Amino acid sequence: MLMSIDSISKSYNAFPNPPAKVLHDVTLNVDTGEAIGLVGESGSGKSTIAKCMLALIKPEEGRITYDGIDVIHAKGDDLRRFRREVQMVFQDPYGSLNPRMTVEELIGEGLLIHKLEPTAAARRARVAEMMEMVGLNPNDMDRYTRSFSGGQRQRIAIARALVIRPRILVCDEPVAALDVSVQAQVINLLQDMQKKLNLAIVFVAHDLAVVRHLCEKIVVLHKGKVVEQGSRDEIFGAPKMPYTQSLLAAVPVPDPVVGRARRAARRLETAN
Amino acid sequence: MKTVHPLPDEASVVPVRQPLITVEKLTVDMPLGRSGSSVRIVDGVDFTIGVGERVALVGESGSGKSLTARALMRLDRLAKLSGRVDFDGTDLLKLSDRDMGKLRGSSIAMVFQDPMSFLDPLMTIGDQVAETLRIRGIGKAEARKRALAVLDELGVDRAAERLDAYPHEFSGGMRQRVVLAMALVGEPRLLIADEPTTALDVRVQDQVLDLLDDVSTRRGLAVLFITHDLGVVAGFAERVMVMYSGRIVEDGEVASVFAKPSHPYTQGLIKAVPRIDQDLNTLYAIPGAPPPPLARPSGCPFHPRCDQRFDRCGVDLPALQPVGMSRVACHLLDGKGA
Repeated sequence: MLMSIDSISKSYNAFPNPPAKVLHDVTLNVDTGEAIGLVGESGSGKSTIAKCMLALIKPEEGRITYDGIDVIHAKGDDLRRFRREVQMVFQDPYGSLNPRMTVEELIGEGLLIHKLEPTAAARRARVAEMMEMVGLNPNDMDRYTRSFSGGQRQRIAIARALVIRPRILVCDEPVAALDVSVQAQVINLLQDMQKKLNLAIVFVAHDLAVVRHLCEKIVVLHKGKVVEQGSRDEIFGAPKMPYTQSLLAAVPVPDPVVGRARRAARRLETAN
Repeated sequence: MKTVHPLPDEASVVPVRQPLITVEKLTVDMPLGRSGSSVRIVDGVDFTIGVGERVALVGESGSGKSLTARALMRLDRLAKLSGRVDFDGTDLLKLSDRDMGKLRGSSIAMVFQDPMSFLDPLMTIGDQVAETLRIRGIGKAEARKRALAVLDELGVDRAAERLDAYPHEFSGGMRQRVVLAMALVGEPRLLIADEPTTALDVRVQDQVLDLLDDVSTRRGLAVLFITHDLGVVAGFAERVMVMYSGRIVEDGEVASVFAKPSHPYTQGLIKAVPRIDQDLNTLYAIPGAPPPPLARPSGCPFHPRCDQRFDRCGVDLPALQPVGMSRVACHLLDGKGA
């Protein structure tokens, strides 16, 4: 087990109202090399869990352990190692990349911060290698992000996260802002990187079809609680909880015959 | 009424519909800053929507789908429009601003993506729904009565009590019902829905689609549904038009387009969507990205990304031409030798 989240709870201040509890006793584990999907509707707490996993916020109760490090109380070398080995990719590739930095600076920043490559030439070589790996042209290294499309920017964000060889990549809705025709490119890239680098991926998304495609393990959240967790086959093949079932039934299917049949069946059920 | 609108049977004769709105050679140019130059976002679009027909307009960001729809209601003051938009015998592009204003809400109405930013937080639900009617000079009591009737029709619980509630007291799905009520209270014949379910969770999205389904069947209301979600298209629309880089590249009955897409872009789009009901295999990805309107490639705008391109595609712009019961803009239909 690479990371364990043990019954964490988290509240946000809602002054003058009492604090709003957004996570209730959440427990889940991330194993080396596995892709795990956090799914749920807006307000279910999935992004809050992702932030806790990255130590961007601290839960009030419970423990988070990463490879022997107590994440909530980590300091110094432990915290530095944690910050290097757990990386993130955000939803909006337009807002999460500094427009005044070149692609080289963006991707190489982690190498600099963690002092991984001592010389500029070595950093440059590593950035070029990384760009190649995510399907970007290393010749574009000196360009700024404004001339890149959404899909390419998300590749830059992924390269930036992976360049320091993390063991966990937390992605918060990484394809939600992308066009349909480009979304598939990024999903395939993530899948490829997971296999190639034996990377654990925590994938936060509301699109269940995308999660099913990418993740072997799925955690279903509702109102800050884990409703159900299990393997892909368990959750999508035989969901136990009514909430999971209703979520799956509502996923639109891009086939007129199947899609309409599914909707008609579901409507009949809700009418009775 | 609890039905899902049936899929038109491919083999049967397609019912002849009275055309409600006919769009010919529509172009939309948007100014670029104050430079005086402009960029063509919608580049010659032709289509017809029949009375009571549900048509989906699909495309990626920047394809021009939203601006096409907004042009039908002349919502963008800065946009330069040309072509014809014939609604019930009048060319909307030639109407005075005043006459166009009268048409909005009473003949053509629109709902937008984000119900929260669309509603006035300081105005009660009842007043907002009734506003369309009040502007038309209908008395206060009558307008309130009709607002209540529409909210009821759209399944807002305890509508009578909640006429005096404010938007923040409503959930996302309920707000979308209120927005829909505002659009429908003027009894339009065409509803333009611009990504009305995109900001909603799947279960709420489903409810809103059911609602639109029922209302359009009951009222014989034509719906132009703008979306990038092919799943929603398949479950709701009778016909689908696919836009790419400012033009319609394919237009046909939903069943036949999904079963046998003719345009390579449509084919790729359908293959690129992960499906919850199918075996897992590598997802097909269309290489590259849609071109920005200022840098459209020569010939067919899709040719740099197309895996079936040949010499002619980089040179000639393919016209949208009839193929069976559909229309497709692709040189492959003429054969490679031609």
